[in-house]
Amino acid sequence: MTLVDTRTPNPAYFIGGATGDWEVIIGMEVHAQVISESKLFSGASTQFGNPPNANVSFVDAAMPGMLPVINEECVRQAVRTGLGLKAKINKHSVFDRKNYFYPDQPPGYQISQYLDPIVGEGKVLLDMGEDGEVEIGIERLHLETDAGKLIHDQDPNSSFVDLNRAGVALMEIVSKPDLRSSEEAKAYLSKLRTILRYLGTCDGNMEQGSMRADINVSVRKPGGEFGTRCEIKNVNSVRFAGQAIEFEARRQIDILEDGGVIDQETRLYDPKTGETRSMRSKEDAQDYRYFPEPDLLPLEFDDAFIEHLAKDLPELPDEKRHRLMETFGLTHYDASILVMDRANADFFEEVAEGRDGKLCANWVINELFGRLNKEGHDVASSPVSAKQLGEIVDLISSDAISGKIAKDLFEIVWTEGGDPAKIVEDRGMKQVTDTGAIEAVVDEIIANNPDQVEKVKNKPGLLGWFVGQVMKQTQGKANPQAVNQILKDKLGLD
Amino acid sequence: MSDLTKLTLADTRKGLANKEFTSVEVTEAYLGAIEQAKSLNAYVSVTGDRAVEMAKASDEKLAKGEGGSLEGVPLGIKDLFATKGAHTQAASHILDGFKPEYESTVTSNLWRDGAVMLGKLNMDEFAMGSSNETSYYGPVINPYRAKGSNKDLVPGGSSGGSASAVSAWLCAGATATDTGGSIRQPAAFTGTVGIKPTYGRCSRWGIVAFASSLDQAGPITRTVEDSALMLNSMAGFDTMDSTSADIAVPDFAAAVERGVKGLTIGVPKEYRMDGMPDEIEKLWADGLEWLKAEGAQVRDISLPHTKYALPAYYIVAPAEASSNLARYDGVKYGLRESGRDITEMYENTRASGFGREVKRRVMIGTYVLSAGYYDAYYKRAQKVRTLIKQDFEKVFADGIDAILTPATPSAAFGVNDQDMAADPVKMYLNDIFTVTVNMAGLPGIAVPAGQDSAGLPLGLQVIGKPFDEETLFAAGRVIEKSRGMDFAPERWW
Repeated sequence: MTLVDTRTPNPAYFIGGATGDWEVIIGMEVHAQVISESKLFSGASTQFGNPPNANVSFVDAAMPGMLPVINEECVRQAVRTGLGLKAKINKHSVFDRKNYFYPDQPPGYQISQYLDPIVGEGKVLLDMGEDGEVEIGIERLHLETDAGKLIHDQDPNSSFVDLNRAGVALMEIVSKPDLRSSEEAKAYLSKLRTILRYLGTCDGNMEQGSMRADINVSVRKPGGEFGTRCEIKNVNSVRFAGQAIEFEARRQIDILEDGGVIDQETRLYDPKTGETRSMRSKEDAQDYRYFPEPDLLPLEFDDAFIEHLAKDLPELPDEKRHRLMETFGLTHYDASILVMDRANADFFEEVAEGRDGKLCANWVINELFGRLNKEGHDVASSPVSAKQLGEIVDLISSDAISGKIAKDLFEIVWTEGGDPAKIVEDRGMKQVTDTGAIEAVVDEIIANNPDQVEKVKNKPGLLGWFVGQVMKQTQGKANPQAVNQILKDKLGLD
Repeated sequence: MSDLTKLTLADTRKGLANKEFTSVEVTEAYLGAIEQAKSLNAYVSVTGDRAVEMAKASDEKLAKGEGGSLEGVPLGIKDLFATKGAHTQAASHILDGFKPEYESTVTSNLWRDGAVMLGKLNMDEFAMGSSNETSYYGPVINPYRAKGSNKDLVPGGSSGGSASAVSAWLCAGATATDTGGSIRQPAAFTGTVGIKPTYGRCSRWGIVAFASSLDQAGPITRTVEDSALMLNSMAGFDTMDSTSADIAVPDFAAAVERGVKGLTIGVPKEYRMDGMPDEIEKLWADGLEWLKAEGAQVRDISLPHTKYALPAYYIVAPAEASSNLARYDGVKYGLRESGRDITEMYENTRASGFGREVKRRVMIGTYVLSAGYYDAYYKRAQKVRTLIKQDFEKVFADGIDAILTPATPSAAFGVNDQDMAADPVKMYLNDIFTVTVNMAGLPGIAVPAGQDSAGLPLGLQVIGKPFDEETLFAAGRVIEKSRGMDFAPERWW
């Protein structure tokens, strides 16, 4: 691949050094485990958490004479992902063998795609706030098999092998070297994860290892030639990715500023120390002896196959954000927050259906999400349903309750559940909009507090005190606008 | 009762169907013959109890007038085929003790049709060899000997056990595999018939892989008709093998007596090698005369890239083998030689588990796939392969129906031949006439056609269009009928 610089250096991202500013260049290879019932080339289950070696077929164990057979669902998932990345779908692609010995790789080779991947160039858009939208190029996506796992703590003299993961389908998604800061790198990983989750092609659970990133980092003087890169292997969280890049960029800058050179090497990030350390140098790099997998025919499909998948593709986050902004009049910021998780956006849409979108967004994002985060819930396990929240919003919109009472109501629904309208009715929470009733209370307060009435004439700020008194007497049920207006009239303020 | 082991497969079927004898009787006759033929070393494992059990089950079906197309017929199975619960070691030390929990598709098909398994047949280790001398279980001996000689001859390879067993009446037919000539060359050396079908005709599922893009299973039998009957059962599309062909299997046996009238037989000039023995020249000429006499036309053709086939084969096959054999690492099954760490365990296991020829090919294969050498070797070999394929496509498009060539450049040679031991390329040259067929994925049949001056069998090869095995059976049968001699080794063992 020829490296092309598609970006204009952004001083906001520069890293200061003794000799001036530096720019960090980042590219990523993300391994995303494909959601499928069975493995890429065998019928064994992909279910997570089974006992060791429960999900192993003769093919996965590389028994003599066993042959791989492609799992078409994995092909569909890769094509869906390609479509989601606005990428070129290759109707002809080829599986290759990547040869190396290791006990977690039973056949002695990984089946991967080398020269002819199933998906070609695409893009991911990052929303970088004030810096606007940034386009990150996708170089390719290919299908390959995952390896098993070695277990070292069961026996003093030997290691055990768990092949449950061996042969599970992975998509390797390779970005172009278009990322220019740890912030962008984190945003890229998050966005990619969001897209994969929308598509239902990868669960994106980095802690479980179903999405992991190899991060290529190099530094240069702003706008200069690309430098020598180091690859940080198997980073398994967005946060660690940011930390690893920050450390690695600084390490390289220090070396270069001391007159040294960067050795092209593979490094590991240690979250405990916050440092990257060398794993192997380029000289130790293995020769994988790639060649076309003779047990499989080239992977071929037609336009109809792609079109069928494209037709059933779900709405993706970027499109959804635009639609939410247009349909519901949401701000870019609110819409962006909502689309980060498809379930959140779906929840919002259910609440906002036929209601004031902005008001709903406010309640969903600030009240509900705030509370969910605090208590470690997500929308799927929310004690307040979309229907209930919608009804609360209805009660606010129809002036049945004030915003303040609505918060109390939300609290009741959260802890006790129930029909919001009925709760308001049963507990007498309904807002008093009857001006006669409010006037009576106001008159009483004015009569009982002549000193305050005198003071408020010179100090209009005291109006708040009167409002408070009225609210106190009405147990907060008086319509605040009505209270204000009546007080002003009666106290002779404008 | 006459010797049941001397019957052809076709006659064994008939006799069983007509209740002239039982499957148990035939099976026991073969088990007895095997017992007396240990000096041939054709079998690496005899499954006598299982054979008798299968025969009894067949007899029950036959008694009711039921059963499949091979019901009760005892067969030998090359050790390369996975047979559930039975010896499956590709005649290699590295698979010591390996008994799979699965059955290859080809053998499953045979058992489905009622065949009886006598045991597993010796072969060159991992099917790498042309003399059956690379087996961990020692060489197989050819039942033929040169006139007036006591010298042991090789049966060819890699399916030497299959060929020797069929030739010496140790089974009614045998499965075999052919990657560069491993069915046809041993058939030619032992006076038996062997067909390598079109690549994709038989499933490779459950056959220990040597070179995946070239390996193909086929039968070795005593007659052309027997091969047609066996292949009918072995062949068929298999969803478990992505390279198997979704093409209907015709009734091969029905094509055997079809004749060659009206066919155009090509004679490739590139197969006329310098220094080719006169007896091979004569054999070839005889074959053409017999076909002409039965109404075929003969035409000279050119297959210009033939000379590159063997060198290209010895790049492609070892390349695939080096990768296919990586799984034999001591971790999962078979032999394990311990070491201080995983790398040393790998090294010790593979050093001790593989024989010299296998190691040689793994090293060649690793080399030709290495960075910096891939383009010069593997990639060029693949280009040569395409050219060889196109050579054949051109002549077939020009009206050639089948091609006649010698099967091998010579008759069987001696065990432990010093010339070949000193120069592996001399051994590789055994496949000079057969290897092009694998490179092009075509079907090829070897049929015994004559003798050399020492009375040793010589074979002719008929090469056909893709998935046109029927023409090969028809042409092979004409050779069989016209040659005017029987092929039966004189018993000395």
